Amino acid sequence: MAEVNLSGIEKVYPNGFKAVHGVDLTVRDGEFMVFVGPSGCAKSTLLRMVAGLESISGGELRIGDRVVNNVAAKERGVAMVFQNYALYPHMTVFDNLAFGLKMTGVPKAEIGVRVKEAAQLLEMEQLLERYPRQLSGGQAQRVAVGRAIVKKPAVFLFDEPLSNLDAKLRGSMRVRLTDLHRTLRESGHAATVIYVTHDQVEAMTMGERICVLKDGMIQQVDTPARIYEKPANVFVAGFVGSPEMNLHDFEVRHEGGQPMLHWGGLAVAPGGAAMWNLRAHSRARVVFGLRPEHVLLNPTASDCAALPGTLRSIENTGSEVHVHCDIGGLPFACRAAPEALGELAGKRRGESHIFHLRMDACHVFDPDTGANLLD
Amino acid sequence: MRSVLAGDEAARTRRRESGALALRYAVLAAIGLIMLYPLVWLVGASFKSNAEIFGDIGFWPSHLDFGAYLKGWRNSSEFTFATYFVNSFLIIVPRVIVTVISCVLVAYAFARFDFWGRKILFGVMVSTMMLPHIILRIPQYMMFRSFGWLDTYWPIIVPSAFATDTFFVFMLVQFLRGIPRDMEEAAQLDGCNALQVLLFVLVPMLKPAIISVVVFQFIWTMNDFMGPLIYLSSVEKYPVSLALKMSIGATEEVEWASVIAISVVALIPSVVVFLAAQRYFIEGANSSGVKG
Repeated sequence: MAEVNLSGIEKVYPNGFKAVHGVDLTVRDGEFMVFVGPSGCAKSTLLRMVAGLESISGGELRIGDRVVNNVAAKERGVAMVFQNYALYPHMTVFDNLAFGLKMTGVPKAEIGVRVKEAAQLLEMEQLLERYPRQLSGGQAQRVAVGRAIVKKPAVFLFDEPLSNLDAKLRGSMRVRLTDLHRTLRESGHAATVIYVTHDQVEAMTMGERICVLKDGMIQQVDTPARIYEKPANVFVAGFVGSPEMNLHDFEVRHEGGQPMLHWGGLAVAPGGAAMWNLRAHSRARVVFGLRPEHVLLNPTASDCAALPGTLRSIENTGSEVHVHCDIGGLPFACRAAPEALGELAGKRRGESHIFHLRMDACHVFDPDTGANLLD
Repeated sequence: MRSVLAGDEAARTRRRESGALALRYAVLAAIGLIMLYPLVWLVGASFKSNAEIFGDIGFWPSHLDFGAYLKGWRNSSEFTFATYFVNSFLIIVPRVIVTVISCVLVAYAFARFDFWGRKILFGVMVSTMMLPHIILRIPQYMMFRSFGWLDTYWPIIVPSAFATDTFFVFMLVQFLRGIPRDMEEAAQLDGCNALQVLLFVLVPMLKPAIISVVVFQFIWTMNDFMGPLIYLSSVEKYPVSLALKMSIGATEEVEWASVIAISVVALIPSVVVFLAAQRYFIEGANSSGVKG
């Protein structure tokens, strides 16, 4: 149990490439923090710097109340779960779990107890005598987690631990890991977790807070709900959510004191906070953002703009449908319940339909900096 | 009707296939026999008299007499071949041990550590593989003479303790490069230092490659003639390879059967080591090639 504090953390490789640009972040004691971002955003590098597997070029890293910049990995009190498990192939599951304890001089009797405890917690007592090659992907993953648990570390680090599993197993392991975190907390051994993933579903469902990274810089740190509802910038808005937020660059004209968004011969008045913001500041252009669930197929009572569009395709996932269309010559995605399809279900590609944009839910971003103007 | 025809067709195909298989095995067996014949002949000849050896190309001896083995074992020198075998092992065992230790350490450094001049040093090391060993003989001889090591086993064993068998280093480096680093990082987090990582994590995974090194070094040292010939002068220190040459005396008429018999015996350790290690050995040779 410990707080992890990164201040001004930088990573510069010997060839001069700067991978991490002054990251400031505090992971609270016992918190489940997720680092998420596209590949190459340095989320794994950052994790490996916390682990002590990668040197720190600048800034200060604290675990608990200790500065650990120059402390060896084994002395940082962290345990890591690797993407491809990294189990020792020549040792049984028991030995894999016990190895870290043996190396740190834990007495043999205690090793036995702790390994059994971890095995019970992860329901893998029957696997203890097996070798890694005799395990399925999900079992190997559990052993890898067990290897971290037995050490009772101050901080757990997970480096994309579920990306080698198939979709179904990934779902169940996701639940298992969040459950485990809660169990540990309830038993009074709350664990600080830093979890790296490129999968936004994992990030949204597992993280108590999410840190969205891009090109070695933090874009936003917040709870999953706030990240989704109030993205700090265009990148976060586009990265989180599937299908992703509809984002388009629109011209703003003020007509009789009312800001209007213009594109493709259409003019729409923004609603909610966006309207107030655009009224207060004179801007020529904005990046307009609207979540797919705010593009409606049928009219509702709320503040909607009815706009003609043409149908491109319909994807039915069973529980919901994703409708892709063109409105004013720009592509829009719409997410709805299958029963909301109505007459659209019989329409073919290229046919027209009236779509309803919930303008009160729209976001506006600065076209130059990408920052959310409603913050 | 149709099914009967189809059955005939299937039977014909089966016959054709088994015929082709038989032909393939016959050709392979014939080639195998040609390759193995000298060895088979060697065993047969160990039971023959001189006249039979030079008069008959066939390998089947006229009578089964182990006398040549006994005679060869005793030989004309004051020591039996038991002494020479012990001498061979006195060279082989320490040499194999120091080779494995030194080559694994050097390969680990080249494969896993970034140090100044690593690429150049690795290049230099690989290029020494092309160097004919014979050109090192004179400088080495002078060096060992000044150490006072002549007529001891040191000149044959000690160079191997400095990873001079670069082929092995190269092979181990290639093998190590194929092992993902995650496990080493996990071990690092588990509390290992660099040497413990090597010992507890990498060495068990390197087992096939290490066994290849053991087998190669065993056989090469067993067969080494030049090294012992140059550095050893007392007969009591001769290994098998030198003693074999010695038993082909210059003055008296050679009894080839006993020379051949003892050659057959000299082959046994290498063959046994090879067969015992075969499974790992082939795996090691394969993976180092593929993964490199």
